Amino acid sequence: MASNSETSVAAAWGGRIGQLVLSLFALIAVTFVIGRLLPTDPVGAIVGELASPEAYAAMRERLGLDQPVVVQFGRYIWNLLHGDLGVAALTGRPVTEDLALAFPATLELATLAVIISFVLGVPLGLAAALNRDSWIDQFARIISLVGHSIPVFWFGIVGLVIFYAGLGWVGGPGRVDVYFEGLVPSVTGMILIDTLLAGETEIFWNALSHIILPALMLAYAAMAYITRMTRAFTLEQIGQDYVTAAKAKGASPARLLFRHILPNISVQLVTILAISYGGLLEGAVVTEIVFSWPGLGQYMTSALLIGDMNAVLASTIMIGVVFMTLNFLSDIAYSMLDPRTQEKR
Amino acid sequence: MNGTTLSRPRPMANAWGTLHSFFGELRREPLGFIGLMLIVALILVAILAPWIAPYSPSRQSLSEVLQPPSVAHWMGTDEFGRDILSRLIWGAQITMRTVLSVTAIVGPIGLLIGVTAGYFGGRVDAVLMRITDIVLSFPSLILALAFAAALGAGLGTAIIAISLTAWPPIARLARAEALIVRNTDYVAAARLYGASNLRLLTLYIAPMCIPSVVVRLTLNMATITLTAASLGFLGLGAQPPMPEWGAMISAGRRFMLDQWWVAVMPGFAILFTSLAFNVVGDALRDVLDPRHTKN
Amino acid sequence: MTDTKEILTVQNLDVTFARSAMKAVAGVSLSLGQGKVGIVGESGSGKSTLGRAIMRLLPPSATVTASKLTFDGNPLLSQSEREMRALRGNRMSLIMQDPRYSLNPVLPIGRQVAETAILHKGLSKSAARAVAAEMLDRVRIKDVARVMESYPHQISGGMGQRVMIAAMLLSRPRLVIADEPTSALDVSVRGEVLELLNELVTADGSSLLLISHDIRMVASFCDRIVVMYKGRIVEELSRLSDARHPYTLGLIAAMPDARHPVHRLRVPDRATFDATERSGSPA
Repeated sequence: MASNSETSVAAAWGGRIGQLVLSLFALIAVTFVIGRLLPTDPVGAIVGELASPEAYAAMRERLGLDQPVVVQFGRYIWNLLHGDLGVAALTGRPVTEDLALAFPATLELATLAVIISFVLGVPLGLAAALNRDSWIDQFARIISLVGHSIPVFWFGIVGLVIFYAGLGWVGGPGRVDVYFEGLVPSVTGMILIDTLLAGETEIFWNALSHIILPALMLAYAAMAYITRMTRAFTLEQIGQDYVTAAKAKGASPARLLFRHILPNISVQLVTILAISYGGLLEGAVVTEIVFSWPGLGQYMTSALLIGDMNAVLASTIMIGVVFMTLNFLSDIAYSMLDPRTQEKR
Repeated sequence: MNGTTLSRPRPMANAWGTLHSFFGELRREPLGFIGLMLIVALILVAILAPWIAPYSPSRQSLSEVLQPPSVAHWMGTDEFGRDILSRLIWGAQITMRTVLSVTAIVGPIGLLIGVTAGYFGGRVDAVLMRITDIVLSFPSLILALAFAAALGAGLGTAIIAISLTAWPPIARLARAEALIVRNTDYVAAARLYGASNLRLLTLYIAPMCIPSVVVRLTLNMATITLTAASLGFLGLGAQPPMPEWGAMISAGRRFMLDQWWVAVMPGFAILFTSLAFNVVGDALRDVLDPRHTKN
Repeated sequence: MTDTKEILTVQNLDVTFARSAMKAVAGVSLSLGQGKVGIVGESGSGKSTLGRAIMRLLPPSATVTASKLTFDGNPLLSQSEREMRALRGNRMSLIMQDPRYSLNPVLPIGRQVAETAILHKGLSKSAARAVAAEMLDRVRIKDVARVMESYPHQISGGMGQRVMIAAMLLSRPRLVIADEPTSALDVSVRGEVLELLNELVTADGSSLLLISHDIRMVASFCDRIVVMYKGRIVEELSRLSDARHPYTLGLIAAMPDARHPVHRLRVPDRATFDATERSGSPA
């Protein structure tokens, strides 16, 4: 029995990993195609318009553009696997180095946002479902409708206008005030952690005052989604017989919620968490511009505007890989946390 | 829909009728009704822009640069002295054109892929759905960005870029519907008297999948509005001086701390548009999906 | 069995669901002492709603009114929710149709049975587990230790229903409402589950309200049969042979009888019942 279940679990994992690998391969293929769609001539861009045909051909050969497409694609993947994503015209440095600098900033922002959205969204969704059609349900409905409809970059601007320019409650754009910049050695690349590691509490609080507004603004859209899903999951459970059975045993509403309903939706909530995390990474791209946050989004859009495709495609792959890995992890979490998906007799 | 409390599953053959009675149903769903009115108003504004905009969207006036909202300029003026309200009214045309174009591209493509996969099943289904799942797993905004960057910025590129990543949910839905319809008696009957695959697909199966595809498309319109605005904001959508709402916010960002209205006003236009689509989509889903109904 | 003391008294009970003009249960009166009473009717007759109304387990959209609804001296309709919770699972309990749905899918069996003990006996977790194990043994579950660690999807339907019975009878309630306790089970285990339920309620001195659509099963099992149709009680009998109302006769005829095999079972004729209902008295 045990060996049988182990093989089926292994097969399920194998299938999921296969799907992940296939998706990653497709993503890389798509970026490769996008790279070749470019109307600009990469060779001409390097050698200049006045170069001799021989110099042009030499550069073309050096870039490998004289090879068949399949060979070029193979080389593209080969380079990717070796962490060679080319040089960014934007900074003149290898793209990998740029990504290593930018990614932690985005990760920090998205992580804080996902925590905020979960801490606010789950209780709101639960309260709405348990008090159906009450004022709190209506409130949750409006909150989540607006959250689904608001352009996140605009929301950031409104937030800055009100809370930074108007009320002065939070720090402005950037990760810290100008005079604190560069004072803390980068260890993790996440400024809240780095300042704590360095024992710089003053800078920590300053950094917190800078990150809190973009994180809140970014969290809102995710919270709208989490609230809505939590409400739907909970309503689905409330109608189930096991809830009636627990009531018939004399369980209190709190017990119903924490001992019966929450364990049943926790797996779904983990899935939602992973999906929102991925969504937040996307949202971060536009939010970062508003808040001059030196993350992937800022990097990618700066590169976009000058047509630096190496940087753009590398960022796309980076975000795509994280996005897909999160989806994959949520799948795995599902099969690990739910007793129903484990071995059957 | 005669007010019975029982929520019975609706047979697909009934779906056209349901869509038809949707307007009657909306009356009981005041929020959805308001949303629908907003969309109608928006379409009217887009069509009638030349007549109702108080100023030309491109009329510059150096003496009226960055004016706050006033009686003459209800929403103020931008850095070239252009009337923001007039630009928003003209911008409705761009938004509507984007939303409708993407919908017109994505709807048929998604329907075709989904219905084909669902009808033929087997290997065709496996291949098509695998592709769909892969595209579904992409971060769509990022991919749209990369596409738009490669193809060169512009409204047309933005529409293509959004469409490229927006069809998978439609295909999945159409497939699910086709799987149900494929096994109905009337399809079997048509097959018995010798109808060809093409005939079955186009005349018997696809029409049955359209109602739910329409609902899904409506829900998608909010997302399309937001994605289009994001692309515009990033400088990858409609180019200045076109009064695209996202691009207007981007331009106004430079003045946001002192002349807030330049960046803030267009945001309201985006917010209300996607809110209207969301509200109508929700109401539509409530009507068509009994599990979501109240009571 | 004789009705020495009334445990449950129902007078003129009405149940209405929001937005619906029709009463799901209308003017039902019923009294129950120690013993077994069966409520029979087809689906939609209001029999399950009646059972849940007594336990006050209907959703908020339902309105329950009655000129009298007393259980063991407690006026149920005026009890607070907290007082009701002290009764439910303790002095009155409910066994539902399908253990696949009425057991919490993500909690181990042991915890679901022990829950009653924690709630009503004020026991610690480990003491409650011991009581639960005892109770599972009483419902004749072998290998109790393993079953307690299992999840509902890992056990059979018949065993699931015995687990449900263990959880619901753990505190030896005065009244057990069993709502179609065997209809979702495999035919081969229905008899033993019913037998077990009978044995336990008799041993504990509990009263049983057995709700079912199977009039012959109820007749062979209960002291009294209450027949419901469209939310009303149409007839109350102690033996099937006393049946007068055409609906009751229809229900009897619609059920196969091993002693009198017929070529074709009769389909009840609704027009006649409704006519009888309108005229007010059994024909």
